[in-house]
Amino acid sequence: MQIQDTPSLKAEARNLNFFYGENKALKNINMPVYDKKVTALIGPSGCGKSTYLRSFNRMHDLYPGNRYEGEIRFFPDNTNLLGADVDPIEVRMRIGMVFQKPNPFPKSIFENVAYGLRVRGENNKRTLDDKVEHALKGAAIWDEVKDRLSELASNLSGGQQQRLCIARALATDPELLLFDEPTSALDPIATGAIEELVHELKKRVTILIVTHNMQQAARVSDYTAYMFLGEMIEFGKTDEIFIKPKDKRTEDYITGRMG
Amino acid sequence: MKPLTTEEIRLVIAKGKFRDNVFKATGIFCLALALVVIVALIADMVIKGSERFTLDFFFNFASRRATQAGILSAWVGSLLVMFVTAMAAVPLGVAAGLYLEEYAKRNWITHVIEINITNLAAVPSIVYGLLALGIFVYQFGFGQSILSAGLTLALLILPIIIVATREAIRSIPAMIREGSMAVGATRWQTCRYHIIPYAMPGILTGVIIGLARAIGETAPIITIGALTFIAFLPPVPFTAADAGTTAGLFDWIFSPFTVMPIQIFNWTSRPDPQFEINAAAAGFVLMAMVLSMNAVAIYLRYKMRKNIKW
Repeated sequence: MQIQDTPSLKAEARNLNFFYGENKALKNINMPVYDKKVTALIGPSGCGKSTYLRSFNRMHDLYPGNRYEGEIRFFPDNTNLLGADVDPIEVRMRIGMVFQKPNPFPKSIFENVAYGLRVRGENNKRTLDDKVEHALKGAAIWDEVKDRLSELASNLSGGQQQRLCIARALATDPELLLFDEPTSALDPIATGAIEELVHELKKRVTILIVTHNMQQAARVSDYTAYMFLGEMIEFGKTDEIFIKPKDKRTEDYITGRMG
Repeated sequence: MKPLTTEEIRLVIAKGKFRDNVFKATGIFCLALALVVIVALIADMVIKGSERFTLDFFFNFASRRATQAGILSAWVGSLLVMFVTAMAAVPLGVAAGLYLEEYAKRNWITHVIEINITNLAAVPSIVYGLLALGIFVYQFGFGQSILSAGLTLALLILPIIIVATREAIRSIPAMIREGSMAVGATRWQTCRYHIIPYAMPGILTGVIIGLARAIGETAPIITIGALTFIAFLPPVPFTAADAGTTAGLFDWIFSPFTVMPIQIFNWTSRPDPQFEINAAAAGFVLMAMVLSMNAVAIYLRYKMRKNIKW
């Protein structure tokens, strides 16, 4: 598939640095995130890709001693997600996240998906029913759970739990969806289902996905960024990165000579 | 080094297994010792007190005659004091624990507070009694009442509840907290929908262990002046009180009282050996109260944990 013109921007990191205490984990990152596209972040363990992803929804603010420098601009309103005047809760209301290990709450399937809506003060039964159904359908798990919405989420299989977590994130119509190695705890079949879902979801939401698996990046993403030791080494269309990377380090990683 | 022959390997294993068995035997012996002691204690009280286990014993007030003396005012007093203790200590302790785990910044002030909570747990209970005598009984004018006793014991078990709450909260994985925050929840929403419900089994266990400790406390209650001989119950709300008045909803809270351990202590210090029978019987009742509280704690914990899996 050829991408014609440059699509519109959804977000853009500008001179982003990040510190865990004294330790500089991200070094001057500049990268665009295009609207309604899938951008994959790849790189060896400890290269900072998860750290970078978690900057988008200010997850680092939950822990003391973390510090950002630079900006992540979010469009169309051109808000700086890292701005001191921007409430992290507002950021997280606009940007959803799916974690590495499925983390459903020990509550019913319904309550897991409805949680984001409840947090926003929605308590109308009809609205909740509609939105939960819509989100579960969006996460391609509706048919499997529609008859047992009041059962505990922990009774689901790992792959189902992860799709439930995707539904939880989708229920509140996020503008950007962050995936932090969403399939690393899943078997190949469940992984395939999630990848297919990611492909489907990009019609309605922008996706940023961290993956350890290069084949996965090649399969699901439109753009790929290669990170190494906290630096953004190369960013480009996925086809170009995988077929003819410009940087030697990217090439080494992709061809399996490193990492 | 030369590789071991099969024979040598077997010898090494046999030696190791011998030590294994020695330790196992020691462990069983220690465990049995503890069990024998508690069973002996209970059996002793049951046997000594057996002739007092009648309904009258539970529904009679104290008396000069051992055979007619009962524990009515004592067990009612214990229950009421426990009620006040729980009402005061649970909200305070849970809120304090929640604050320390979820809200407090990790700085030296928090650290000093944490160390002092641990220290509070080690303060001898008589010291709490002295503190309460000065503050609750005289300064606040609560008198030698159920309220004073309940608040004193609440202070005593506050550290237990705080520590139990914190441990219960700490056992909730970070990914649950992150999952909640990631959809845009505030800290309080995360606490209300997740942290508190998931920590509840652990908190309840702590609360009941604390109460079980409080119900057996004698020293601080003596210090604040519980009566040892009392032949009336605290006024029941909205019933006729003396001089034609009606008791208010909270009048009982200011009533003089006695509690189980004080009743037992009183009986053991009487010269008439007949009272020893009363003391043994009351001791068994108190023991049964504590054990049933622990049983409730175990049941609740089991029941609530069933649905909480990560």
